[in-house]
Amino acid sequence: MHIPDGFIDLQTSALFAGGSVIGVGAALRGARKELNDKSAPLAGLTAVFIFAVQMLNFPVGAGTSGHLLGGALAAVLVGPWAATLALTVVLLMQAFLFADGGLSAIGLNVFNMAIIGVWVGYGVYLIVKRLLPKRRASIALAGAIGGFISVPAAAFGFVVQYALGGNATFSLTSVLTAMIGTHIVIGIGEALITGLTISAIMASRSDLVYGWKKNETKLVIKEI
Amino acid sequence: MSAKRDLKFYLTFFVSALVLAAVVSFYASSSPDGLEKVAGDIGFSKNAKDSANSDFALSNYGVAGIENERFSGGIAGAIGVVATGAVASMLFLVLRRKKNE
Repeated sequence: MHIPDGFIDLQTSALFAGGSVIGVGAALRGARKELNDKSAPLAGLTAVFIFAVQMLNFPVGAGTSGHLLGGALAAVLVGPWAATLALTVVLLMQAFLFADGGLSAIGLNVFNMAIIGVWVGYGVYLIVKRLLPKRRASIALAGAIGGFISVPAAAFGFVVQYALGGNATFSLTSVLTAMIGTHIVIGIGEALITGLTISAIMASRSDLVYGWKKNETKLVIKEI
Repeated sequence: MSAKRDLKFYLTFFVSALVLAAVVSFYASSSPDGLEKVAGDIGFSKNAKDSANSDFALSNYGVAGIENERFSGGIAGAIGVVATGAVASMLFLVLRRKKNE
């Protein structure tokens, strides 16, 4: 999913870099509401965990592999703004330290994975959560479905970028069909990893999970 | 909700990530990922250019000069985990609300 240099022309890359700067700028402000002494370390660790799991490509058949994007996972654990920032840090580390994802393509990759992936994943999670009973298991299930949809959504971001400035003339329909088809299958892996990770953390420290905390009735004890 | 309990959880989370990146990553599939595969099948993969930093010591998740793939990839993964942790933690700690705000 990491776009290398050369796939998309520089104007389009610059356009999406601008969009990414606006999105990440908004996240820098929005994340302040989500981060406190307890959730800030969790957000850092979520970035670390996503970096690690993104290294674990799993086979999806036909000589193809996929890996976690982690947008929905991060949004459920630490909130969507902090998730956007966590994914952005991961993508910057990958591009600068490991040459994974082109340097001129950073804006494209941040837009697809840190913005589309996170917000589509979180949006689907919210909708599904509303339809499910207010139980602990619903958080993991809703997160998994959010994760599932977020992968073809991020792939669709690439298709739009290809349509606007792809350095190739292959038919858009074939790129669209192949990208969405492949990434629906990868989305199943995303759903499994997202669901299992949320379940594990819900089992041990549900009090730290952003998506669950908001469910609990707030008990305010005033200090005297 | 003791600080000790928090620390234990954070540490477990970090060590899990470290093991995944430094050890389990060796067993990851090396097949092209979704985008690479599509680009190859349709025919635009030849447009891919190497990053300007593709000669950098850690490019493609290996440490330049270490022949053994398990060590090379493992050390690169561990460096990535530590570096990502350092940058992300600093960012989030700076952004967090202080207790009295």
